[in-house]
This record gives sequence, structure tokens and C-alpha cells, in this order.
Amino acid sequence: MSDVVEKTLTALPSLLSLDSHPGSAKLSSTSKLGNLIRGITELTSKHEEEKLIQHELLAIKEQVSSPNTTMRQMKELMVRSIYCEMLGYEASFSYIHAIKLAQQGTVLEKRVGYLAVSLFLNESHELLLLLVNTVLKDLQSTNLIEVCMALTVVSQMFPKDMIPAILPLVEEKLNHPKEIIRRKAVLALYKFYLIAPNQVQHIHNKFRKALCDKDPGVMTASLHIYLQMIQENPEAYKDLTPSFVTILKQVVGGKLPMDFNYHTVPAPWLQIQLLRILSLLGKNDQSTSEVMYEVLDESLQRAEMNHNITYAILYECVKCIYTIHPKSDLLEKAAKCIGNFVLSPKINLKYLGLKALTYVVQQDPKLALQHQMTIIECLDHPDLIIKRETLELLFRITNGQNVTVIVEKMLEFLCISEDDHTTIDLVGKVAELAEKYPLKYNEWFIETMNTVFSLGGDMMQPDIPNSFLKLLSEGFDSVEEDRKLRLFAVNSYIPLLRGEPGKLPQRFLQVISWVLGEYSHLREDLEPAEVLSLLAKLLDMKNSSSETKSWVLMAMTKLCKGGADASVTQEVSETYSSSLDTVLRQRAHELQYLSQDPELRARVLPRGAKPETLEVDSSLSFLDRFVSEALAAGAAPYKPPHQRQEELDQSKALSLEPYGLSLPISMSSCSITDRQSPTLLSMSSGLSGDTLKLDGIKRVWGREGYLAQREPVEEAAQVEVPSPIQSPGRQGEGDSLHSQTPTQTPTPEPEQEKQQLASSLFVGLASQSSVSLMGKSEPMPQRFRRKAKGQGLGSSFIANEQISSSLISPPSAVDNLLCNNLLDSNNASELAEQTSQLSQSLTTANGTCHAEAELTESDTKGCNPALRRDNCVVAAGPGPHNDPGRLTEVCLDSYLPAELSGLSHSEIAPLCANQSLNLSACHVQKEDSLILVVFIMNSSESAIQQIPAGEVTSYSVAVGQYSLTVKRPAVHVEVVGTVSYQLPAGTSQSLQFSYKVPLTSFIRPFVVSTEEYGTMWLSFSHDTKQNLTLINDNQEPLTATLNALKKKLQLHVVEVIGMEGIVACRLLQDLPCLMHCRVNAGWLAVWLRSPVPDLPDCLIYHCQRALQSL
Amino acid sequence: MWCARLIGDLVFCIELTGRHCCSLPRPLSDPMVKPATDRIMIKFVLMVNRQGQTRLSRYYHSVELSRRAALEADVVRYCLSRKKDQCSFVEYKDFKLVYRQYAALYIVVGITDSENELSIYELVHNFVEVLDKYFSRVSELDIMFNLDRVHIILDEMIQNGHIVETNKSRILAPLTTIDKMVDS
Repeated sequence: MSDVVEKTLTALPSLLSLDSHPGSAKLSSTSKLGNLIRGITELTSKHEEEKLIQHELLAIKEQVSSPNTTMRQMKELMVRSIYCEMLGYEASFSYIHAIKLAQQGTVLEKRVGYLAVSLFLNESHELLLLLVNTVLKDLQSTNLIEVCMALTVVSQMFPKDMIPAILPLVEEKLNHPKEIIRRKAVLALYKFYLIAPNQVQHIHNKFRKALCDKDPGVMTASLHIYLQMIQENPEAYKDLTPSFVTILKQVVGGKLPMDFNYHTVPAPWLQIQLLRILSLLGKNDQSTSEVMYEVLDESLQRAEMNHNITYAILYECVKCIYTIHPKSDLLEKAAKCIGNFVLSPKINLKYLGLKALTYVVQQDPKLALQHQMTIIECLDHPDLIIKRETLELLFRITNGQNVTVIVEKMLEFLCISEDDHTTIDLVGKVAELAEKYPLKYNEWFIETMNTVFSLGGDMMQPDIPNSFLKLLSEGFDSVEEDRKLRLFAVNSYIPLLRGEPGKLPQRFLQVISWVLGEYSHLREDLEPAEVLSLLAKLLDMKNSSSETKSWVLMAMTKLCKGGADASVTQEVSETYSSSLDTVLRQRAHELQYLSQDPELRARVLPRGAKPETLEVDSSLSFLDRFVSEALAAGAAPYKPPHQRQEELDQSKALSLEPYGLSLPISMSSCSITDRQSPTLLSMSSGLSGDTLKLDGIKRVWGREGYLAQREPVEEAAQVEVPSPIQSPGRQGEGDSLHSQTPTQTPTPEPEQEKQQLASSLFVGLASQSSVSLMGKSEPMPQRFRRKAKGQGLGSSFIANEQISSSLISPPSAVDNLLCNNLLDSNNASELAEQTSQLSQSLTTANGTCHAEAELTESDTKGCNPALRRDNCVVAAGPGPHNDPGRLTEVCLDSYLPAELSGLSHSEIAPLCANQSLNLSACHVQKEDSLILVVFIMNSSESAIQQIPAGEVTSYSVAVGQYSLTVKRPAVHVEVVGTVSYQLPAGTSQSLQFSYKVPLTSFIRPFVVSTEEYGTMWLSFSHDTKQNLTLINDNQEPLTATLNALKKKLQLHVVEVIGMEGIVACRLLQDLPCLMHCRVNAGWLAVWLRSPVPDLPDCLIYHCQRALQSL
Repeated sequence: MWCARLIGDLVFCIELTGRHCCSLPRPLSDPMVKPATDRIMIKFVLMVNRQGQTRLSRYYHSVELSRRAALEADVVRYCLSRKKDQCSFVEYKDFKLVYRQYAALYIVVGITDSENELSIYELVHNFVEVLDKYFSRVSELDIMFNLDRVHIILDEMIQNGHIVETNKSRILAPLTTIDKMVDS
């Protein structure tokens, strides 16, 4: 087939001059479109093109506005406009005519009209509103083709606010006898789901019907919606797993009609889609995963045919197998499958194999060992993209033993890469690796960073030099090591400056000058005068930026001592004290004064002082007096830039807002719809009525890989000898390569080289596999740990470190936000031997929530077990041994920290328990925060044989507090966490829990004035509108409803004027959400606006719930 | 840190703080950025010839008109510079290009990193086979003279960056119906 295509395409040039070709025959050769195309094919330069198109545009413009243009001509004009836009020339004058064509044309003209609209306009274009009427008309047409067109355009783009106007019509189409209409209706609903999920919440059961449609096309279309919804909340759709499995089984078994085949493979893209859905459903869920093992096995076996598309399916299958709960024989087969990919001579397959391997090694680094020789070959592959993918793979298997080799390979690649994006990405990765293992090889670290700075140049992320300097200045636990590291840095920079500093990037020069300023005194044979003159040289360079110059001047300030070098500093400070750049001028003055006053300098810049934490008054409160004086003297109050801009715009542009009240008139677009569609109102009522059930819809999903569950599998795997070729992984313990491979036939020289490389690359993989898998931080020697600074900073600091050190499994590490609280810090010293450590980590699902370990001042409360047992006996009768659960209910209340006990808290809910621990939690609403309180109760049976130490003695309770903030709003925020602890026997265990908090707990009243409200309203970009039920009691309905909302959701009613009311609230800490309500035909039309995406949508849901529950 | 020692001059201190003293260690990657790229999708479909002239372009994420020309020129440069025996996938900025050559015509699809490259590679071929079926032996000229029809076919196959139909007869059904109505 493709040969035929190629042949005809090769014959193209000879055909250009002939009009007898079937394609061109559909157009008359003299037509204007034909002329344009001929003109385009004959173009030789950009200049000619511009001339031709400008001329064309003029001609089109003249013709479109002529009243005599027929629709047929209009169609041709639109195609010509499409051409012009495709070549990059705007034809905005034709947009409105495209809409007209869609409105007035018939069949093909109409279709082209719709097509032009979808090509010309983006989704937020205001002209799109004019299309709504046409779409409405076409949806009701008796001509199927017109219905089809309308549905197609709707599923491409539609104004979000107008969805209610056509939703009933689209829904109706779900029952249409023709499959194509049903299919397109499902796709339209998918579009609605993407742009306004709330609007289609109520038709979820119809999606299910579509999934079960007798036509495979309709079913396929519904999978898009399901993939999306399952991604957001896999829990809610677990019950559908058997259905998806059955569908996949049927597809794989060839039950679909023949025309769904692609090169004899049944519906390959459908299979891929299903496999993606299954992997989402089976993730971290053993019982669901078990349902799909059989069909996955079948998929793997079916794919024997040697065609690209079967490999595409296989790739997806392998990914799925490694995502869901593991099953050993499937894993084995999948691993073999990856082997076939990687070893394939076809380069596209090799690439895909590497990509699969990169994904898989995150779960199982051991697999990289099996393919080490292939990986080595790929590293030297002439195609850069293969090389790049290989580096990505290596990056994920880096450990303390192979880091130098891998970084070396990455730097090699950096030298040949020309693409900026790749450079930035790789430089970041190298810096990350180098920082992770800094002290192991002092010199290596500095040299690597030097290469990073000179290669990454000024493109790299600015935080790379920042954290490098931070690392250098804060140092580690050993003073001697710190000194060596700094000295080495100084030693490596001096020759660079003596050489050609002009070639070094600015960022690097800044780093160099800072380090020299701080630490050049460490090198005793180096005269400050020499450093000064080297630095002064930098100032004279032409390409030094003024930023670099100010760094240099700062360094000089630190170095100048008077005496011999006074002349240099004097000269420099004189040159720059008259500079136009104020920063430079300030630096020059500092240099001047401090160099003349050694005493002051010693006080201001003491040498070798320890880093201090700097407290910055970011509110600039020390300026308050100045401000109030200025205000008193008649100065204008400060306005933030966006407000100024807005006012400027308002004064320039036409005001669309009504005068007087700075209230937005609600639903400005409503009037159009009202005129056009009488169904709108009834529609909205349907929306806000009982049909809208959001129960169980959590918009959050966890992303951590197999954390606890995988452990046993991995341990078992570790015992196996990793590879049939050799086992360099075991050489981590120190055996040399050659002693391990005596049985092998002697290998030729280059081969040996490769093996040596392999042994250095894959060293330590097998031994560390389980560690990296768990998403735990690697056990680092104490000296690597950065010093925690101060009590407050400490915990978050460690948390950060943990993230950066558990590089190998990013998916789990990224979300693994938090704290590693050692609950037993007070008593650790006394009981170091026996302490059971309790460490807690909170993970937030989907990054929607951010918890801060505020404090865990948690030596256990009420350390008197006897007393507590008494309590229980009284309460429960049978005694503590039999019924520890009772204990929770009775006593937990009393464990609430004193500072929280006065506040109202949610019911203390049990989270989970095992034989030794019982977890419960509640949340406490404080005025400015939401505190999650976790009770960890030791319910160990052995009451007498107490767990030693002051942590959680038998039957006692430890309490942890976390302040929660929401990062991305969802209807319910789910906090996921793990408590890991050690029993005295030394076995470490962990317990996972999750806790759901409704968004309303994060909502606080927001007190603003009407004027402030008005300004804020205009500046917020995310909004949603909905009709809510009014409360109809004898009071005024608006006030009654608002008061009810105020009571339930802690909103602040700003003002009520006639039939309108404005309400404000904020999401902790300071994310405002404004609400505008208007009574309209027995309904409360609510319009929410906020700077935070999703917040209005989530809040409207809670408003509905609040009103329904009344 | 030494900048703290200059506390006398506050402006000075704040500036330094922002620059290099008090930033916390960089997190591994920003989890908030990820979801955007997480959605598997096709970003655009391009048809360009060996001279670098665009024959068809369809974007599934909004790209300003003024930036399209530069993007297309880049894409063409990347794909044309590659040899036959090299991988059909290229890294471009933060996404991937999948390209396939038919005589002088290149079809290039831009996709997110999480999309399955090989399946897109075959999708391109499916698209060409559909065109071949409709035009009975398609050529570059067919595509140029029937730009509207090619777009209509593509719209049946890909919407919102997702593959919505791959069954050849179903892809062509609406268009052939329209053709029949026009003829009669």
C-alpha cells in the first residue's frame, strides 16, 4: 500500500502542470483557488510568498463583503483564507463570514463553514457565541448529516457558558438509532466534561449506557471519558474493571467486525486505550489487578505478529503489567518482551524498548542488569535520541557507586548536544546527581560542577548555582571536610581566571567571585592582592554583565585589606562610584569605605563566620511610620500594579459594568441564551435539583508506586542471580570484574572495555534495589546530612532532603511530601539502644494538599498506663486486653493537645489498625488554619512487657499535629500518610492511612468592603455559574438562603442590595473566592469567581449540598 | 551567611537573600507542573514537503498564529536533517515529534512525552491509507486541491488531541455522504 502511495507522490512534479489528474479534476483549472495553489507551488522565496498572499488577502477581503457573493463562492473564499492562515498570515476579517457560511450554507458549504470556524477561532474567542444558534438549529435538523456536523464542531470547541443551552439536545442524541450520531454525542459530552465537568455530573449513568452500547464505535468513544474520570478518581470506577476486561478480551479475541482491523490486528488503538485504563485501575490494588492478569497474559501472547502496531500494543501492555499489582510470571514475560524490543535491529523498536525499560527500572532496577550490554551499546549509538533515552534510563539507576561514570556519560552528551532544551534538562540532572553525592568525592564534585557551569552557561536553572553555593557555605558536619572542599574549589578557580575568563558564562563568573571572596584565604600561598587583581580583570571585560560586576565588587570588598592592594581597590571603587547603575555604585561605595576602615570591615564581614539565619521582615513593617507620615502629608495610597493597570484600562476602554454599584450584573451572556433557547432555565433547574449527585466523587488520586506492598516481591527477587552473563551487581561489595568472570571465553579488547564500563555503570544495583524501590531515602552517612538550622526550620529541611535523595523513584518521592518526625527525640539519648522509632510521613494525593509538620512535641501524653487501664475497665468491662477499641473512643478526646481542646473538632474517626497500632484522626478548625490531629495508639497486647522508652508505651497514645493547606482545590481533600515504626524486636513496619477532609473545612469568612469586592471581582479569572434552590420560608428568600450558606459554609455576606447579594470567602490561607447571587425566576443564580482554578467549581458543589440538606 | 552580617543596610540584605543565600534545596521536580503534561495527547499534525512548505497544519492546543511559522520551520529542520536509518522520533522542546515520509511529503505529529510513539507512527500510516482510499491513489496535489476534505477526514480521526476513530469506512462515511448529496 505505502509503495503505491510513494509512487504516486514521486510522480507529483510531472503532474503539476497537468490538469487531468483526478485530484485537481474536482476543481476547475481556472478557479481562483487553483490559481492560488499554483502560485504557492511556484514560490521560490519568502518575499514572493508574502507578496502573493497579501495580494490574495486583499482580493478575498473585497469579495467576502460583497452582497453578491454566493455561498458556493464563499466556500471557496474560506478555503483560500484557510490557506493564507496556514502560511501564517492572519485573515481575521473572514472569521465572521465563516460563521455565516456555517449558518446559511448547505451540506458541503456548511461543513466548510464549520471547519473554517474550528480552524480560525480558539476556544475563548468571543465570536464563538454567534455559532451557538446555528449549532442549536442543526442539532434539531432532520438531516442527519447536519446533526453530524453540529456534533463534530461541538466536540471540537464550544463556549463553556453556553453548554446548558444545548446539553439536553446532545443528551437526547445518545438514544439515536444511528451509531454515528450516538458516537458523536458521546464525544461532545466528553468535550463538555473536559471544559466544565460539573455540567455533566448528572449523566454519568448515561456514560455507562454508552459503554455498554451494542456498537463498538460508541463504546470506544465512551472510553475517552472513562480514561479521564478514572485518572481523576480511580476508586469510583473499580466496579467497571470486569467490563473493561471483558471488552479487551473480546477485542483481542477478534470478536469485532473486520473493518476495525488495522493490518489484521483488531482495533489496536482501542486495545491501547483499554490497557491504559486497566493500568490506572489496577495500580496499588491487588484484588482489582487479579481480575486482569488473564487478559494481560493473553494480550502478550497474541502479539506474535511482526508488525509495528503489535509492538505498540505490547509496549502498553508491559507498562500496564509493571504498574498494577505485580504477578511474578507476568513480570517475567513482560521482561522478556522488553528484551525483544531492546535487542531489535529496528531502531524505532529499540527506542521504545529503552523507554519501557526506563519506566520499568523505577519499579525494578534489577532489570537493567539483564540488558546492560545493550544499554552500553545504545550509549554509543550514532542516533542522538537513542543516546538521550539511554541517559534518561541511567539517570534513574544512579547510586553512590556508579554516579561518577553516569555523570561522565551525561557530560559527554552535553558537549555534543546543540538543543537548548536538552542542555537545560541534562545540566539540571547532572547538578542534581552531583549534589546528591557531594562529599564522597570532593574533587569530583567541584570538577563536575565546574563543567556544569561552563556547559550550562546562562541557560540553566538559576537555582543550580544557588544551591551549589548554599551547599558550599553551609558545609557538612565535618569541619575538615568543609575546608578541603572549599579549598579545592578555590584551587580550581584560580587557574580558570588566569586563563581566559572571558569565555566563561556569567553565572559561572558570579559563582567564582563569591567563592573567592569567601574562601580564598584558605589557600595560604595565595596573596589577596593577586586574587584582587584577577577579579579586577573581570570588571574590565567587555561582556561582563552588571550583575556579574556587582558580585565581583562584593567579593573584592571581602578581600581588600589595605596596604599593597589598596591601589587596585581604590581605582576600581573610583571608576564605579560614578556608575549609572545604582547597584554598582552602591557596591563601589561600600568597597571604598570598608577598605579604608579595617575595623568596620572586620565587624561587618567577619571571616569564616558561621552562617546565620536571616530574618527578613517581608511585610516591611518598619516602613509603616514613613508611610503614615507620607499619607498624612497627602500622598496617594499605594495600589498594586495590576490594580493600577486595570484602572488605566477601565478609564480607556468602554465600561461594560453598570454605573454606581461596582457589582457585576449577573450572567451577562444569559440574555442571549434566553432568547434563543427556552430550554435553558429548565435545564439549569435540572442541574441544581436532586439529580446532581456528587457523592463519592473525589478529585484526588494517589500516585505513589508500590510502596509497602512490593516489599516481599523485591526481597525475593534479590536472591536470584541477576543475569546469565555476569553479575557485576554483586561486585558492589568489592570484587573486581575479572575475578568474577573467569569462566567466560576470553573477550576481544573493545568488548572487554564495554564490560568494564558495564561493571562500573551497574554496580550496586542489585544490592540497593529494594532501597530505591521503597521510595525511602538512601541510607546516607551522617556527614552528608545537612545541618538542620533552628527548630522551626528543621523538619521541613529534612523533608526536602529526603525528597532529593530518593531520586530513583521520583513518582513516589515527589508526592512523598513530608516530615520525618522522630517522635522520641527527647529520650533518644538515654534509650538509644532500645528505642522504637516512629516516623510518620504524610503524602497528599495528587498534590492537592500540602501539609506542614507544625510540631510534634509528642512525648506521649499521660504516660501512666495504669490509669488508662482503669478507665477502660470502668468503661468497657472486659478489660483492656480484649477491647482496645473501646479505649480509643473513651479516651482519645482527652489527648487533644491543650491548645486545641477549646476549639471545635470533627468526630475522632478511626483510620486503620493492626495488631500493634491503632490510628485515629480528627481535624480542628482554627481561625487561620486547619489542624489535622493524628492519634497513634499502641494497642499492643503485651501490657506488662511494655515497649521500652518514652515514646509509645503500651496502651498509650502519641499525638501528631499537622497544619494542612490546600494547593489545588477538590471537593474532598484526601490526606494519605504512612506511619512507620519499629518494634523492639527490630522489625520495622509501616501502616498506611488516608483521611478525607471536605473542602468546606478550609473555608473561612473573608471580610471585604463592597468597593474592594468590586475591584477583586474584575481581577479574578476562573469562574463558574449555576442556579441554586432558594429557601422559601416566610422570611425574605434571598436573605434566608444567604444566611443558611453563611452558617453552613462560613461565608461572609458583604452586602445585600434588593434582589442581589454579594458574598466572600477565602480558602486557607489566603485564596479568595467571591460569590455573586441574584434571585431570578424562583432560583438563585450564583456566579463564583476566584483566582484559583477549580475553587469555584468545588465550592458550588458544597453550596448545593448545603442547601439540599436543609 | 555573610550577607546577614550587613544587616545595617536592609535593602542590600533582601536583595542578596533573593539571589543566593536562603533558597531551600531544589525539589526534584515540581509536582504542580506535572499534571499539565500528564494528559496524553497529540499536540499537532503537520504535512510539509521537502522544500519546507506547509501543506496542512492542525493544532490541538492553542498556538498563536505568529508563532506557528517558527515552530513549523523548526519541525521541518529537525525532520529533514534526519537520515533514513535513524529513529522516526525526535525530541523537540518538551515534547516529541513522530514523523513519517511519503515521497517528498512528510507527515509530522507532535505528541506529549507520555504518548506511545509507535502507535502514533502507525496512526499516520492509517491516515495516509484513508486518504489513499478516498482519493484513490493520493498525491501531494490532491491534498493541496482538497485541503478542506483532508481536514474533514482528519477531524473524524483526531479530536481534542485524542484518537477518536480509526475504522477506515467509518472515517469516510460522513464525507462520502456529503459528496453524494452535492452530486445529486
